[in-house]
Amino acid sequence: MSAVLATQVLVISERSVRRTFRQPAAIIPAIIFPIMLLFVSAGGLQAAEDLPGFPSVSYFDFALAVTFMQGAIFATGGAGTDLATDIETGFLSRLSLTPMSGAALVLGQLGGAISLGVFQATCYLAAGFIGGATIASGVAGVVVIYLLVILMAVGFGAIGIAAALRSGNGEAVQGLFPLLFVLLFLSTINLPLDLIPITWFRWVATGNPITYLVDAVRSLIITGWDGPAILAGFLVAFAIAVLGIIGSAAALRGRLQRT
Amino acid sequence: MGAIEVRGLVREFKKGPRAVDNIDLTVAEGEIYGFLGPNGAGKSTTVLMLTTLLPPTAGTATVAGFDIVKQGPQVRASIGAALQEAALDRFLTGREHIKLQGSLHGMKGADLRQRGNDLLERVGLTDAADRKVGGYSGGMKRRLDLALALLHRPRVLFLDEPTTGLDPQSRSALWDEVARLSREDGVTVFLTTQYLEEADALANRVGIIDHGTIVVEGTPDELKAEVGRSSVEIEPHDAARLADLERALAPFGEPMVTRGTRASIRLNEGVGDVAAIVRALDAQGIVVHQLRLREPTLDDVFLEKTGRSLEGSGDNDEDETPSA
Repeated sequence: MSAVLATQVLVISERSVRRTFRQPAAIIPAIIFPIMLLFVSAGGLQAAEDLPGFPSVSYFDFALAVTFMQGAIFATGGAGTDLATDIETGFLSRLSLTPMSGAALVLGQLGGAISLGVFQATCYLAAGFIGGATIASGVAGVVVIYLLVILMAVGFGAIGIAAALRSGNGEAVQGLFPLLFVLLFLSTINLPLDLIPITWFRWVATGNPITYLVDAVRSLIITGWDGPAILAGFLVAFAIAVLGIIGSAAALRGRLQRT
Repeated sequence: MGAIEVRGLVREFKKGPRAVDNIDLTVAEGEIYGFLGPNGAGKSTTVLMLTTLLPPTAGTATVAGFDIVKQGPQVRASIGAALQEAALDRFLTGREHIKLQGSLHGMKGADLRQRGNDLLERVGLTDAADRKVGGYSGGMKRRLDLALALLHRPRVLFLDEPTTGLDPQSRSALWDEVARLSREDGVTVFLTTQYLEEADALANRVGIIDHGTIVVEGTPDELKAEVGRSSVEIEPHDAARLADLERALAPFGEPMVTRGTRASIRLNEGVGDVAAIVRALDAQGIVVHQLRLREPTLDDVFLEKTGRSLEGSGDNDEDETPSA
């Protein structure tokens, strides 16, 4: 990365982070809802602990991984909605009149998504510890969870950015939210794959990339160092990030018509 | 070569007529060029093309000596622009805007800080510089917008309807600053507006655009002189003497349409006739209730060239300006 591009990415990231953390109304739900759902589902589905083959002694520990996925989905909305607002208000035109490169715009916008993702992860882990969760993989596992969270924030943030650049309006970006939540519920968030009793659901969950992300985080929390699960999670997160960035770059070319 | 040279510039959108239809114009170095027209006339589309944000469908243009299609980055480095609706981030402070924009232009360190402070002071925002823009008034946003446009010392400044929605005091302050930029710093200003008085007060030359075509171009005085002479409108104290009034006015100029109890003539000699008219009416015992001297305006020019009045003529037009 050239020095000019690095400076541009840095200042756009700085702005994105400032903007993100100056909108408490956007941050608080991204923190509160996943934690609230964690406690509600852990209370309501506690009986699953008695299922033969259930991988954890505590459903709370099992469900903790889901909060990180919900956080990633909020990152999609945050990064995309902010950029859509820039398009609607003309701020993107202002930036386009500077020597800013398209790559700097996308990477810089992701700065806000990453910072929000890291902040969310810290809150979810704190809530987990308060609720009595333990991380089977230890401190090193927590570091790996953060790395995966960052990669997920990049991937899902890039999807939000691509949607914003393609549509140019915040409502369209928000429209991704329910779609991603449907994907979330069609994964292994409530039960491990081999305990899902309905065949078609199990097939859908097997093909659903979110399953591998949830399972990777979950393995670090409840199993320890499960190499294949962690590797699969990182590969899926990486693939989503690459596709998201390619999609953003393509959408950017359509949006920025400057000569 | 002028600071802005435009030849046969065209912009077509997929659906609808040509937003800009084969326009030619030249703006000299240091000149303030007023681009006047109703909403939807093609002003903003022209600005978007000249600022490289929108490629033209046909034609050529250079800005600060650079081709707007082939040398986009060089054009952008040479221009400053305050586009319609001050596009600012309400969550950032004025100073943070300066830092963001300056850094993207490659400015840094003491130079950026000093230039930012100077501009904030010049536009009267030093005290508000560390407040979030969400709390700024419309006038403050416009002034910050202007400061941002000037940050990297551009040679050509594009101002797209810079005073729309501003109170008279803020409008006047912005006019003063724009005039000073041209006069003292030699900045070329391309100003679009739908306010006649703005073009009249600021512009060295004016181009009037309607339906994507430049219908007339010249200095405000030339254009007004082209339309005609001053006129006077008089209302007698006693409405029954309207016919006497019209007869008394006849030697001083060409009669115009009588409205209600008021008679009007276009003056033969201009303002100099007024004293003689007053003496003539006094001699005939016609008491004047109201006398109004009216200079030709740019609206008269627009009316003459398009058959419509500029004031409110584009209110129902759809804005053709695309998003970036």
